[in-house]
Amino acid sequence: MSFLTLRNVTKRYGSFEAVGNVTLSVEKGEFVSLLGPSGCGKTTTLQMIAGFVDVTSGTIELDGRDITRTKPNSRGLGIVFQSYALFPHMTVFDNVSFGLEMKRVPKSERAALVEEALALVHLDKHAGRYPRELSGGQRQRVALARAIVIRPPVLLLDEPLSNLDAKLREAMQFELRDIQRKVGTTTIMVTHDQAEAFSISDRVVVMESGRITQIDQPYRIYEHPETEFISRFVGKTNMLPGTVSAVGDGRATVSLAGMPADVPADGLSMGETVVLCIRPEKLRLTPAGQGRLQGRVTDRFFLGSQWLYHLDGPLGPLMAVATNDGEAPLDPGAPVGVDWPAAVVRVHRGAMPAAPELESLE
Amino acid sequence: MSSLSTDTAAPVSEKAPSPGLAQRFAPALMAGPATLLFAALVLTPLLLTFLLSFNEYEHATGRTHGFTLSHYAEVLTDGYYLEIFLRTFRVAALATAICAVIGVPEALILSRMRNPWRSVFLLVVLAPLLVSVVVRAFGWSMLLGPDGVVNMILQAVGIGRTRLLYSEGTVVVALVHIMLPFMVIPVWTSLQKLDPAVEQAALSFGASRSTTMLRVIAPQILPGILSGSLIVFGLSASAFAIPGLLGGRRLKMVATVVYDQYLGELNWPLGAAIAVILLVANLIVMLTYHHVVDGHYRKRMG
Ligand SMILES: Nc1ncnc2c1ncn2[C@@H]1O[C@H](COP(=O)(O)OP(=O)(O)O)[C@@H](O)[C@H]1O
Ligand SMILES: [Mg+2]
Repeated sequence: MSFLTLRNVTKRYGSFEAVGNVTLSVEKGEFVSLLGPSGCGKTTTLQMIAGFVDVTSGTIELDGRDITRTKPNSRGLGIVFQSYALFPHMTVFDNVSFGLEMKRVPKSERAALVEEALALVHLDKHAGRYPRELSGGQRQRVALARAIVIRPPVLLLDEPLSNLDAKLREAMQFELRDIQRKVGTTTIMVTHDQAEAFSISDRVVVMESGRITQIDQPYRIYEHPETEFISRFVGKTNMLPGTVSAVGDGRATVSLAGMPADVPADGLSMGETVVLCIRPEKLRLTPAGQGRLQGRVTDRFFLGSQWLYHLDGPLGPLMAVATNDGEAPLDPGAPVGVDWPAAVVRVHRGAMPAAPELESLE
Repeated sequence: MSSLSTDTAAPVSEKAPSPGLAQRFAPALMAGPATLLFAALVLTPLLLTFLLSFNEYEHATGRTHGFTLSHYAEVLTDGYYLEIFLRTFRVAALATAICAVIGVPEALILSRMRNPWRSVFLLVVLAPLLVSVVVRAFGWSMLLGPDGVVNMILQAVGIGRTRLLYSEGTVVVALVHIMLPFMVIPVWTSLQKLDPAVEQAALSFGASRSTTMLRVIAPQILPGILSGSLIVFGLSASAFAIPGLLGGRRLKMVATVVYDQYLGELNWPLGAAIAVILLVANLIVMLTYHHVVDGHYRKRMG
């Protein structure tokens, strides 16, 4: 029996369907992320769980209770808003204490609970400050402390880290996960940042124009994206157009511009148009003349622990990532071979999509 | 995924070239026209009024000359003037309080409205400003006069004719009517600046609508209420047309007394002294109020 259940939840604004038929079960203590490009309906979904947006159709159940039409101020959920939404006229202490006060926790018990929550987010020294006297990261943590201090059954986070700079964001990701583990609160986080979703979630829900397209563990979503949209959206990917030239038991041979490639696949038929997706880090660079494809380095980017190469070959541009092993990198213009193990290829049916109009979501 | 980290040293800027003469004086030059206008139209008459208030006045000839403090002494010691000053500030304070009580909820309702209603009602709120104060004052006197609409209704229901005009209450009501937009607009502006998520946050913690209003929204729109109050109080305390037309000959306020001195008694120096005292008293009241409320607020919100 799952703890929070959304059944066919739909939200329409006039004739526009912002969220369509979302069905999702979240277990107690689980950390689930809603991941998708901007405008795909993540916030709307979260706001329907919070009660700030009316559900057009479908039901939301919390711990066996139907809360679809319950007022937001009687749901008792903890929410961290994207803008943090701290009370600007209250100190950090009063901000965190507010929820307890509303729950009629006696004043004598409040102080200890507030201090405990502030200690959890390392802000116990700042209890007397006003929000304007805090940095972005500190405000974010006040918002978190304020939400968890009331021991909500479910914690809702709307892009909680998007206002922080890259370094702080990474640090806060781990801290957030750490705190969530300690408190054990069921958590739903909205994000458009796949790295963020992957690094801290038990499961990731990928959304696309108001609909859920895949629910899986982060690793599975990355390695086994169910749609070609997801493989483009989640991380980088090389897409090679081809035609099925032979089918076998659990395998198939795809002709890539005349060159045969074995792929793991079921249910393909002869002559079908397919797209092979291969992650850049799965490509192996070999000396020129070896490997499956021959190409040339067009550009290279130093990422610290890795080199990202842009290559040009008979199948069009490719991206490959090589570990920085300390050796001199390949120079632009250098001829190079490309190889990959057959098992890493993901096959998607249909023709190549038009140039991706997605914003890159690194 | 590792991210690309760039480590480009920021270019060290050369010593900035010293700005040209035109550039250096640009701020002063640009502020110049407004300053000149202000000096010519506000400061000069003020200064002249101030100087005039120290002139002696000869009743026989109407000449003003010399130097005397007698006008100030007269105003500050005569119970007649004291009463008028007290009435003026009482009326202004009352009008301000009522404007706040009506204007704040009005602004709140306005901010909850959706377009097109919001635009329509904003126009309704502002519309009175488009009609001359004098016209509106006459409107009130037609409504409240001995043969006005209100009295006709009162007679019809058997209460009988009542004297409504020329009372302090009428002046207050009319002032509220005139001043309300000056309260609604600043409060509405400060409501526009609120993050709607802050209100949602309060609700998510189980706060009721009224608690949210009192504990979360009200403190944040206090600056708007404060500036609205200052505007309404200042304008009400120096209002002339409304008390002049609706207060009649008997119910005098400071501005109407100044007018009487200038045009009735022709005692310009005395009128000037009263005007100066009104200005100073107004300033003291407003600055004190601002200091008390804003100081309290600034301590928290900066
Ligand atoms: N109040 C509203 N009225 C009309 N359309 C809305 C409203 N709120 C959101 N939408 C639309 O619903 C879609 C989903 O919005 P949202 O849930 O905020 O996306 P996300 O959080 O994934 O970026 C968007 O196309 C947005 O324009
Ligand atoms: Mg959003």
